[in-house]
Amino acid sequence: MSARTLLDKLWDAHQVVAETAATPGVLYVDLHLVHEVTSPQAFDELRSRGLTVRRRDRTLATLDHSTPTLPAGADGRRPYYTPEAESQVAKLEANVAEFGIDLLGWDSPDRGIVHVAGPEVGATHPGMTIVCGDSHTATHGAFGSLAFGIGTTEVGHVLATQCLLQRKPKSLAIHVEGTLQRGVTAKDLILHIIGRIGIGGGTGHVIEYRGSTIRALSMEERMTVCNMSIEAGARAGLIAPDDTTFAWLEGRERAPKGAAWDQAVAHWRTLGSDEGAKYDQDVHIDASAITPSVTYGTHPGMVMPIAANVPKAADALEQKALDYMRVTPGKPMAGEHVDVVFIGSCTNARLSDLHAAADILRGRKVAGHVRMLVVPGSEKVRREAEAAGLHEVFRAAGAEWREPGCSMCIAMNGDLAQPGQLVVSTSNRNFEGRQGKGARTVLASPLVAAASAIAGVVADPRDYLDQEAAA
Amino acid sequence: MSSSRPLAYVHSRTAVLANENIDTDRIIPARFLTTTERTGLGKHAFEDWRYLADGSDNPDFALNKPAARGCQIIVAGHNFGCGSSREHAPWALLDYGITAVISSEIADIFRGNSLKNGLLAVVVSPAEHRWLLEHPGTELRIDVAAGSIRLPDGGEIRFELDEFSRHCLLNGVDQLGFLLRQDNAITAFEKNLEQAA
Repeated sequence: MSARTLLDKLWDAHQVVAETAATPGVLYVDLHLVHEVTSPQAFDELRSRGLTVRRRDRTLATLDHSTPTLPAGADGRRPYYTPEAESQVAKLEANVAEFGIDLLGWDSPDRGIVHVAGPEVGATHPGMTIVCGDSHTATHGAFGSLAFGIGTTEVGHVLATQCLLQRKPKSLAIHVEGTLQRGVTAKDLILHIIGRIGIGGGTGHVIEYRGSTIRALSMEERMTVCNMSIEAGARAGLIAPDDTTFAWLEGRERAPKGAAWDQAVAHWRTLGSDEGAKYDQDVHIDASAITPSVTYGTHPGMVMPIAANVPKAADALEQKALDYMRVTPGKPMAGEHVDVVFIGSCTNARLSDLHAAADILRGRKVAGHVRMLVVPGSEKVRREAEAAGLHEVFRAAGAEWREPGCSMCIAMNGDLAQPGQLVVSTSNRNFEGRQGKGARTVLASPLVAAASAIAGVVADPRDYLDQEAAA
Repeated sequence: MSSSRPLAYVHSRTAVLANENIDTDRIIPARFLTTTERTGLGKHAFEDWRYLADGSDNPDFALNKPAARGCQIIVAGHNFGCGSSREHAPWALLDYGITAVISSEIADIFRGNSLKNGLLAVVVSPAEHRWLLEHPGTELRIDVAAGSIRLPDGGEIRFELDEFSRHCLLNGVDQLGFLLRQDNAITAFEKNLEQAA
């Protein structure tokens, strides 16, 4: 057999029926993650056709998008933003009860953002196919699983048949070599990559991230990278599993145990792309040249080094984006007045992200005019952060420490910015109005976000890291 | 039911949204995603562009122009539908009265969601795209079976559409029925999986 890529291997292993010119292939799904926003219409479809969930054991639900991040009141009622949000959550609770699906619900110590909680409980394994009605499902590719977002109609398909109709995407290898410099994180790396290939650069492709820089990343960093593959238009991002992956996964609740673990690891070691395997496209990135980065426009590809000046608009449409952001070509982003700082989301709300932010905030104060929200990615992250005293660091600095959820990343639970406010956000999308109507979003790493919270303006975290080093 | 009405032709003037990278948050802002229905989202399509602060129509928004009223075809800038996987985006466009979207690139998930709901999402060449962007209000006749767009002067633009999507659009067939008929193959596949484990 000729040399195969990781994508080839994952695809071949899950093909129930091969594609032909006339019909797409039937692809088997190993794990289906479900949340409240993109599932109700799919359950209705099952009900109207008298269908059941084919593999309840391969389906796992959580509550994250519409959930409040403020605690329940004394009367036990949760402060939902709207009655619709509350009834959407209630509908998922009723659907999982009716169809017999596991839910990481309000009473679960494992509840969290679907792409934080899923890996944490060990549900995400190398070699799997994983789908969810959420485009950031790409996150799970960090484990060497083929993971991608689907629409609600397809959620219904997977619930009923555990399969999807798919044509095989093309492959794009992104080779990253070199050492990430001080103050440069996985977030800066992926923003740099999106800036390089463009937000449509991955359309029709699955990205495989390769090279010594990627191998040196922790699992949490790999998840940050794969998470934003969709921001380059790629439905999925992949990283071949290795000892870092296995060490992270071993012992987690839903990971294989005993002999099954050993057998699984032996198989997972075979998943990497073969020597000499060919990709449809190759891109090479020098990691040592990347600096802390921020976005300056209204999509994630409009990104620049924090020490640089806003580039000139290429056309009238780009100028409209700069006008919306109220930024001026030739002027730096550093120093722009900040109203809100958000640390959270499936991109950057894991324990290491919170540690990174807390290390900068410790002993310092958030600027008086800045509202800062820190929203852990899951109950587990929250417990571990609190055990390490991080919540006290955030509170002492003047930030709000919230309960887990998607929160201000998608801003549908009431956590939102006001029109015109500038938000430095560790989330994944800076689209117009994404964090509230008229809100202006600057995407950045937890380090940049924390530094900007203290400075009250967009700020370079290296200044604070240098102070620590000097102290 | 998810099956849509059969779609063989779209015959309409075009409305042009020239912006590149119109994302699904633009098409339907997240605050409307708390619905548990597929219908009723049309009034919120492009909400933050479409209405002024007082709730009245924004006269500067392309789809609000008198000439664009009733148009079923949107010609959109490059990379339309990027961003989230929300199927609410095609649901909102259909409910608004849009039947076809034409661009030089359409994001993967949005395109798949659209075709599954009877919203024809087609990609044309950059030169043809540029021409369509520059000529709003052009009367087009899109022929799904032929994979062609007929221009008023008799000219024709071809577009690619995979055979299966074409079949489903023309017949209003939903794909779940097709998948359910694969039950034997799926059962056999699952049996192999369990033996391998």
